[in-house]
Amino acid sequence: MLYAILCYNDEAAVSAWTKAEDDAVMARLGVVQDGLARQGRLGPVARLMPTTAATTLRKTGEPLVLDGPFAETKEQLLGFYVVECADLDQAIQTARDLAAANPDGGSYEIRPVAMFAPAPATLAP
Amino acid sequence: MSELAWIEAALTSARPQAMGALLRYFRDLDTAEEAFQEACLRALKTWPQNGPPRDPAAWLIFVGRNAAIDSVRRQARHQALPDEAALSDLDDVESPLAERLDGADYRDDVLRLLFVCCHPDLPATQQIALALRIVSGLSVAQIARAFLVGDSAMEQRITRAKARIAAADVPFQAPGPIERAERLAAVAAMIYLIFNEGYSAGAAETEARGALCDEAIRLGRLLLRLFPAEPEIMGLTALILLQHARAPARFDQEGAAVLLDDQDRTLWNRRMIGEGLALIDKAMRHRRPGAYLIQAAIAALHVRAERPQDTDWAQIDALYAALERLQPSPVVTLNRAVAVAKLHGPAAALDMIAPLEPRLSGYFHYFGAKGAFLSQLGRSAEAREAFGKAIGLANTAAEAGHIRQHLDQREQNGDAAEERPQLPVGPQAPGSSLG
Repeated sequence: MLYAILCYNDEAAVSAWTKAEDDAVMARLGVVQDGLARQGRLGPVARLMPTTAATTLRKTGEPLVLDGPFAETKEQLLGFYVVECADLDQAIQTARDLAAANPDGGSYEIRPVAMFAPAPATLAP
Repeated sequence: MSELAWIEAALTSARPQAMGALLRYFRDLDTAEEAFQEACLRALKTWPQNGPPRDPAAWLIFVGRNAAIDSVRRQARHQALPDEAALSDLDDVESPLAERLDGADYRDDVLRLLFVCCHPDLPATQQIALALRIVSGLSVAQIARAFLVGDSAMEQRITRAKARIAAADVPFQAPGPIERAERLAAVAAMIYLIFNEGYSAGAAETEARGALCDEAIRLGRLLLRLFPAEPEIMGLTALILLQHARAPARFDQEGAAVLLDDQDRTLWNRRMIGEGLALIDKAMRHRRPGAYLIQAAIAALHVRAERPQDTDWAQIDALYAALERLQPSPVVTLNRAVAVAKLHGPAAALDMIAPLEPRLSGYFHYFGAKGAFLSQLGRSAEAREAFGKAIGLANTAAEAGHIRQHLDQREQNGDAAEERPQLPVGPQAPGSSLG
């Protein structure tokens, strides 16, 4: 079963990290990702730009384009992983591993994936 | 990251909102600052034990406000308020209160806090120092280092600035739409000033002053979160991101400035470039081009070119022409002349800048550009004279060194004006001091 692990945190706090702190966190998360990749369980991984770069399309009636994220929240969606897990327990364990690598605040939301269209390797930001 | 590091990051990110609300309560910067400091001290004690509150800013506002009131009451021998250590999380007990105190006013609080720092009564250097102290929370020593002055001189500068603010009449009621727009413009100019302080530093000072560029980006994003649909704030943030993205390539090993054409473009920060371009994309949709957005679009054409010869100079020329119409300034025309030189040759550029000389006679980049155009035309004696004037007007050793490099090695090929950030133009901007 594929699970999406959605990473939420206060983006203002995350952007207050120094570059060295940010690099260190990314390096530790990289170790967890490498482990998942070796087991053939790691799907796409994305780190999103800040919500200041976000645009929202409201679909009510005539679609309305708004600047900013869809909702003002204390914690923002900063990125996500797609991971193959045998069951919810393993998905929670994977999120725990990620949390151990990056223990600062925030939450991981674990969502089973209902439909998935893999991206071609040529796509890049 | 250590526990202390994440607490510090949380305090830093909550600071503008908490300070803004505390300033509204106490209507005095010193009292607000003391209340915030006290709240931070208590956070360092309480958060490791009780865990972080869900809303750090609301916690700090509540605790800071109580601490300040408490200290007044203690002096008056009144009963103390309940200890915040007993509260594991404000959400349980005080959230509705904190929410009511803040939610609606949050945006105007932060804008007011920023606006207080760029009050028109304050000279630019005091504005920047005050904003870095009050909004960003940099220590006096950090700010002093960034400005290359002693701690006590910086302390005095900040104290004087606060005294002027206290004497000035800062309105505390919620601003109307026109006033809000004016404040926003003043704050945007101040953020760009902070960026420019960091950007115009030489290589030797980059370590201390480079932090100012990061701070300006942080403030730009903060403002953008408050005003997500303002294309000029998108433009401002994009502009400083795109310019700062080039920082790793701007100086060589010896600390000499590297011209844009000669920079190793693989060193440019792709993440900042990506974010800057995304913001420009968003801003363009509004079809209300302002000075920051146009300058950001010019910076974008530079970073989009994989090699210097790929630069779309015709488009850059057109954008500078638009900027000239929007906010005429000799500095803009000077920058446009660099594009004109690329498109139509140095003679056309020289004709374009000649009328600017009376107004830019004290401006380093004018003579740097003039010298470069003259040397491209083979008029070496006149070029040497212009370069000599530029060296005399240089602000940093790197600027002077960069002109000497022209003189020594590469009289045939160069441009001086484009590598610098385009000075912001407009009533609050430093460019206007050029007359």
